[in-house]
Amino acid sequence: MTALLEARDLVKTYPGVRAVDGISFQVNRGSCFGLLGPNGAGKTTTLEMLEGISRPTAGEVLYEGRGPDRRFREEIGIQFQSTALQDFQTVRESLRMFASLYSRTADMQELIAMCNLGEILDRDTRRLSGGQRQRLLLGIALINDPQLLFLDEPTTGLDPQSRRNFWSLIEEVRRRGKTLVLTTHYMEEAQRLCDEILIADQGHIIARGTPGALVKEQFPASVVRLPLTAWPQGRPMPEGCQVRNGYLEIFGKEVPPMLERLERAGADLSELRVDTPKLEDLFLELIGHDLRG
Amino acid sequence: MLRRILAIFIARNREFYRDKAGLGWNIFMPFLMVFSFAFIFSGKTDDVFKVGVLTRAGDLTRESIPFLRTRHIRFIPAKDLGPAVTEVERQQIDLLLDPRAPSKYWVNEHSAKGYLAERLLLAASTGSGALPERQSVSGRALRYVDWVLPGVLGMNIMFSSLWGVGWVIVRYRKNGVLRRLRATPLSALEFLIAQVLSRLAVVLSASIIVYLGADVFLDFVMRGSYLALFLVYLAGALCFISLGLIVASRLRTEELADGVLNLISWPMLLLSGVWFSMEGAGPAAQTASKLLPLTYLVDAARQVMVDGAGVTQVLPEIALLAGVSLLLLSLSAWMFRWE
Repeated sequence: MTALLEARDLVKTYPGVRAVDGISFQVNRGSCFGLLGPNGAGKTTTLEMLEGISRPTAGEVLYEGRGPDRRFREEIGIQFQSTALQDFQTVRESLRMFASLYSRTADMQELIAMCNLGEILDRDTRRLSGGQRQRLLLGIALINDPQLLFLDEPTTGLDPQSRRNFWSLIEEVRRRGKTLVLTTHYMEEAQRLCDEILIADQGHIIARGTPGALVKEQFPASVVRLPLTAWPQGRPMPEGCQVRNGYLEIFGKEVPPMLERLERAGADLSELRVDTPKLEDLFLELIGHDLRG
Repeated sequence: MLRRILAIFIARNREFYRDKAGLGWNIFMPFLMVFSFAFIFSGKTDDVFKVGVLTRAGDLTRESIPFLRTRHIRFIPAKDLGPAVTEVERQQIDLLLDPRAPSKYWVNEHSAKGYLAERLLLAASTGSGALPERQSVSGRALRYVDWVLPGVLGMNIMFSSLWGVGWVIVRYRKNGVLRRLRATPLSALEFLIAQVLSRLAVVLSASIIVYLGADVFLDFVMRGSYLALFLVYLAGALCFISLGLIVASRLRTEELADGVLNLISWPMLLLSGVWFSMEGAGPAAQTASKLLPLTYLVDAARQVMVDGAGVTQVLPEIALLAGVSLLLLSLSAWMFRWE
């Protein structure tokens, strides 16, 4: 596999902030690359530099070995995190307007069918539900039949049903041989869609690899949460646990031994919860501080 | 390039005409203004009659001519014959007298007050030698509404142009429309050209509708060339659109844009002679007035509609407005930032 997109020592500074601090990676042709991190990690800033929307303070972005030029604009598609479309336009008109901006366009009928826009073609874009809106924005991002597609938190704010539908849609896009770069908050999303993920915090890369490998290495299978009030007063906290938001949290691969330890300590287990760790928990493991913002 | 400009042009036009509230406001507002001012200024002045008197020195020696001793007539000295006769034609004065021998007077055939002033003149002149020679002119009275309409049209063009690009582009920047467009092959220049063309089309169409509507209800005067009037408003609209683009080039919030646009437009509204002539204003106000583009727009439009000017007479104003537009447009293209 060859690299379609390459980031070399990307740095972006704003007055007083070093938002991205020397990030390098390659995105292989036909793969799906995920950028993960808490708010303020520099995900969106990095993505914007990759997209050519903002200029790196230092370092460079290479598309097929060259810096972004006009051809780059013709060959990429972007779905931003928050995009307003021009008001008073129907879905069909929005698609047509964006199609007119490119010299090469995807087959409109096929695109409408794939993104499931057939029933809402004549609806005003302001009257779309969250899921419909994301499907339209994806349709617009695909309107020029791009080689490379950027998705910035594409399912944030969607209900679980719409999120799953959107994932199927992305998988369909992948089957057509597109290369994808996406940012997300959801570990589940990254695990389902991405071939390779990169986890950033405070402008640095803190982990990278395939989702499977990362989960195996860094991700305990479960977290047991117990309200602090359920812990017998005066007794020392069990080893390897931490306190967060009024809860006692213990991470581990196996649940029964953890429960045994708690029971032996005399804790009240009536309000105990067992969860699969989320991205948030992975961060606690990796960087030992809470998600910001 | 043209295809991309056209796509943005069409989208922006749609956004405008489908926004019924905004559309209604653009058409309704100028009507409301013209009608309210026509109503407010329909009252008469206190003087019973106004008579112009031609004198070389500019002062009146009343004793020598019995008519000039008539009470309740306001006598206004006039130096030059041409402008004074025009005032008779427009019924701004009821009668013009040249007392120097052989004495003459000018009276408007269509003016009732002119007729009565003429009776008084003839009565006063009887028995004091030869009667003055009658010179008849004709012409409709120039009402305030005739005078104010070119200004109101100009003012509407100013508001619609400034806000139609200034405020709208800042909104696009804030809500991410610009960001989305930036990710396409569309260039900044193409985007700006599309915005200018769309606003020009909107502003001029709205002005034509207001003009035709006013024509039905107000029967105002239009003495000059339609082509000249169109060119004047075209150049004016272009000038204000360019000014709006400059405001829109960097700002990020609509509130700030609104403030800046108000800061630009209110002095023009007051000092550009839209509502009242700047002739009687202080020297500072007059100088300020000469620096404002709306002054030239209103002035040229008035020359066409009221004074019957053609393209050549208003060419200096058109050229000035077009030149300033070009300058502002280049500046805005240079200053423009997508984000």
